Amino acid sequence: MYAFEIERPSTIADAVNALKGEDAQALGGGQTLIPTLKQRLAAPSVLVSLTGIGEMQGVCQADDGAVCIGGATTHATVAKEAAAHYPALADLASHIGDPAVRNRGTIGGSLANNDPAACYPAAALGSGATIITNNRQIAADDYFEGMFSTALDEGEVITEVRFPVPQTANYQKFLQPASRFALVGVFVAQYADGVRVAVTGASEEGVFRWSEAEAALSANFSASALDGLSLPADGMIGDLHGSPSYRAHLVKVMTGRAVAACQG
Amino acid sequence: MPKDSGIGASSKRREDLRFLTGAGKYTDDINIHGQTYVHFLRADVAHATINSIDTTAAAAMPGVVQVFTGADFEAVGGIPCGWQVTDRFGEPMQEPRHPVIAHGTIRHVGEIVAAVVGETLAQARDAAEAIVLDLTEKPAVVDMKAAATEGSTKVHDDLASNICYDWGFVEENRDAVDQAIKDAAHVTTLELVNNRLVANPMEPRVAVGEYSRSDDMHTLHTTSQNPHVIRLLMGAFVLGIPEHKLRVVAPDVGGGFGTKIFHYAEEAFCTFAAKAVNRPVKWTSTRSEAFMSDAHGRDHVTKIELAMDADNNFTAIRTETYANMGAYLSTFASSVPTWLHGTLMAGNYKTPLIYVNVKAMFTNTVPVDAYRGAGRPEATFQLERVIDKAARERGVDPIALRRQNFVTEFPYATPVAVEYDTGDYEATMAKLEEIADIDGFAARRAESEAKGKLRGLGVNCYIEACGIAPSNLVGQLGARAGLYDAATVRVNATGSISVMVGAHSHGQGHETSFPQVISEMIGIPEDQIDIVHGDTSKIPFGMGTYGSRSLAVCGSAMVRAAEKVINKAKKIAAHLLEASDADIELKDGQFSVAGTDKSVAWGDVTLAAYVPHNYPLEDIEPGLEETAFYDPANFTYPAGAYACEVEVDPDTGKVTIERFSAADDFGNVINPMIVSGQVHGGIAQGIGQALLENCAYDEDGQLISASYMDYAMPRADDLPFYTVDHSCQTPCTHNPLGVKGCGEAGAIGSPPSVVNAVIDALQSGGKNVTHIDMPVTPARVWEAMNNA
Ligand SMILES: Cc1cc2nc3c(=O)[nH]c(=O)nc-3n(C[C@H](O)[C@H](O)[C@H](O)COP(=O)(O)OP(=O)(O)OC[C@H]3O[C@@H](n4cnc5c(N)ncnc54)[C@H](O)[C@@H]3O)c2cc1C
Repeated sequence: MYAFEIERPSTIADAVNALKGEDAQALGGGQTLIPTLKQRLAAPSVLVSLTGIGEMQGVCQADDGAVCIGGATTHATVAKEAAAHYPALADLASHIGDPAVRNRGTIGGSLANNDPAACYPAAALGSGATIITNNRQIAADDYFEGMFSTALDEGEVITEVRFPVPQTANYQKFLQPASRFALVGVFVAQYADGVRVAVTGASEEGVFRWSEAEAALSANFSASALDGLSLPADGMIGDLHGSPSYRAHLVKVMTGRAVAACQG
Repeated sequence: MPKDSGIGASSKRREDLRFLTGAGKYTDDINIHGQTYVHFLRADVAHATINSIDTTAAAAMPGVVQVFTGADFEAVGGIPCGWQVTDRFGEPMQEPRHPVIAHGTIRHVGEIVAAVVGETLAQARDAAEAIVLDLTEKPAVVDMKAAATEGSTKVHDDLASNICYDWGFVEENRDAVDQAIKDAAHVTTLELVNNRLVANPMEPRVAVGEYSRSDDMHTLHTTSQNPHVIRLLMGAFVLGIPEHKLRVVAPDVGGGFGTKIFHYAEEAFCTFAAKAVNRPVKWTSTRSEAFMSDAHGRDHVTKIELAMDADNNFTAIRTETYANMGAYLSTFASSVPTWLHGTLMAGNYKTPLIYVNVKAMFTNTVPVDAYRGAGRPEATFQLERVIDKAARERGVDPIALRRQNFVTEFPYATPVAVEYDTGDYEATMAKLEEIADIDGFAARRAESEAKGKLRGLGVNCYIEACGIAPSNLVGQLGARAGLYDAATVRVNATGSISVMVGAHSHGQGHETSFPQVISEMIGIPEDQIDIVHGDTSKIPFGMGTYGSRSLAVCGSAMVRAAEKVINKAKKIAAHLLEASDADIELKDGQFSVAGTDKSVAWGDVTLAAYVPHNYPLEDIEPGLEETAFYDPANFTYPAGAYACEVEVDPDTGKVTIERFSAADDFGNVINPMIVSGQVHGGIAQGIGQALLENCAYDEDGQLISASYMDYAMPRADDLPFYTVDHSCQTPCTHNPLGVKGCGEAGAIGSPPSVVNAVIDALQSGGKNVTHIDMPVTPARVWEAMNNA
């Protein structure tokens, strides 16, 4: 680690101000950023901790029924407090990392980082969520811009994430054996106006929607609707843990299981 | 009735109190006044010429005490290899110099290129970033077979080739084996990889060097399984420090698994630098450094052929193995694929002819050396996999095929130079069939199939050579050290006992099990007895802990020393009781005169030894302390049979272990609970190797599994509840306790049964898959199913 200053603002406004400093960086739960700092792969001059900001904490339900999660809410809190409103989302949060990670890591940090194997991006894209920042609202469909890349501007803070609650949803995560991130994770959500299928872990472009599956499932919400479909291996990640074709295959299997789980 | 103390009791591990409450004292807990910290600049390329290293800027950075490069170590020795293997042409192995710090050439990612000693670790690290390296990169040698070809880039320019040795065993049998294979009714051939592993002890390596000018004394505190071996190797071969000026201390050590046997460059560096800067120098490995500097394990590429007659009797075995040495020879690297591997190739079977060929290769990778089992898992894996394949090819039951070929008479001289003293392979197999409920498998398979899963059963046997080792024998085979052990039993005036042992406990529970033996012999409570280990200034010159040797070798030394103590105490008792020595009996801590009610307590006798007012001073010396050195007459041969049941998800290729059973014969057992624990841990590592762990390099010699993000360690939920049994006991015939050793069995015995089970599952699903290399990951299973 290189030396840095730490700021602990208690309001979003103060945080945004502090982030204007040169080489300032937001610190959520630190579950991604701190290991990066330890390896000296980043050298921010100031870390602006978001975890003490009350307005960015907790889970609530909006008038339209959407579940609103403060940007600095930990995975453990989501697992507990969203369970009644959006069980599939709470379940996803409860399977991120280990208890230490869940007690520190935050939804804002996860979405800002946009790791291609992370879980929350699948939930946000699969739910058509809205990412709310200190100065705008970004639809999930416009937010994810490829591996580790998002629509966020420099110094922009995710203050809240809003999830419209589907009729039914399920997340199936096939574990990468070492990291236990998603080797492939599929989030399926059925809304009145159609089915959304978001896939993480698989693509070199990061989280994506599998539109053929969405169309098929919107017409017939059953695993057998996927029968004729297949995903090309092209553009899928190939590494120590699986080839592109294996990942493409797993996407279909996990999608089918998610649909089956929705019906089970 | 289970005993509650002494031999055979499951006494609770007394050391766990401090381990589990954070009160252990590990090397990193040692901080000495005036201590400095070293940060090693490590190579991030696998192979390069070092044109120059400019440390000027680094040396001027704040807090820098001194910067070292390879040039500073030119005058000292290289890190030695402890075993010289002779190749099949009668020539000694090629043995390159292994510098403490790379000098002129970088040969693997992670090799030390420079070292900065600073007031703080952060300052040392900052300064290391200011070191300017001018390198010319060279092609990396990674693939072993490519490394063996004529014209391959050489890892060491001054050697003739990348082949460390080409070893044949038993060379005289070569033609006969070839002929037997030609004449065989059936030959089963299998090509396989024994995957490279990283040991990953929970505690990374640490070294603290210390030098005292007042008495010219060097002290090295280090995470070692064998402090005396480190003192010997580092003092005599690297730094030229005589034994009486060098103390090596290995306090609590958080797991070793073999990787803390070896003498490492960092130890020599800290010892050397402490004198150079005249202050203590500390190094604590990060986990990232551990991945690229701890010796790795396994990494064999093997072809094995098993020949059988028309009745399925094994007639010959021929193997050809490429064994990775990495860039340099680590302490016992050369012995692992040879004497710890070739000699075990008979397994539990009476195959009359065996020929083992091993080509040990230098590559631009981290040195490879012993890891739990060391050579024996590699032998067991190939043998037990090829037998399974043979059973399928011949359409016979794999258990029956094994049974038919078991060695049944002991002692048994194998065609690979060892003699099994005792064993009963039929007994462990029968026990396995019972505890694994082999009869119930068909019903369990049907249940799995009803859930859409494939279920497989895999069985294997294993044998290992433990209690390492008879010194005269290993000396003939090239060992450069003796492999006896030593113990001093020091009885204190009031009767309590300290036993100073050469063995080192780093998880094995010696502090509990060794006192059980003494307690049994004398009849005093276990808590009256303590073990002292891990400090060359306190313990006799023993050789440490590896190769499941602690109890079999060091425990035997302890028994011999205790016998001397008891003999002397009987003489004192005889004097006190005015009887003849021959009539004195010791039981439950009381000396009595046979056939009388005259007795004297242990504590009164020991007090008399130290307060010799009424004492036969003309016949015996006062005091009660004895040392014994014990050199075993033979290896010990633990053996057993293991069974694994897996479910395979045909849609994803994911394997889950549903049942795992182990029936072991360890000879006599001192503490059944500790033995079960050792087997549990070994199986966890075996399953880790079989399903999860994979140390992988890319073609440029970059380590691509360099953290836990990519290197999969087994977690609790990857593992089933095991059924382990060690009630089959054929005591070792040549050591006083009749013990064989249990530390490595689990890791040796488990990988083949896991893979055999996966193959069985896939075949039951109609997939013609005959082999999958470890780790059997979901992706590999899926590819294999798809290609079948
Ligand atoms: C052992 C381990 C296992 C894990 N397993 C999983 C897993 O299975 N699935 C999974 O999805 N993830 C997993 N993670 C990642 C984990 O969920 C992290 O918490 C997450 O990726 C980052 O969240 P954080 O709050 O810790 O962010 P930090 O590490 O603090 O920050 C990450 C990045 O986001 C920025 N940032 C943080 N908060 C905000 C904000 N509110 N607005 C804007 N930018 C922000 C930071 O500046 C930084 O660039 C794992 C992590 C670990 C260490």
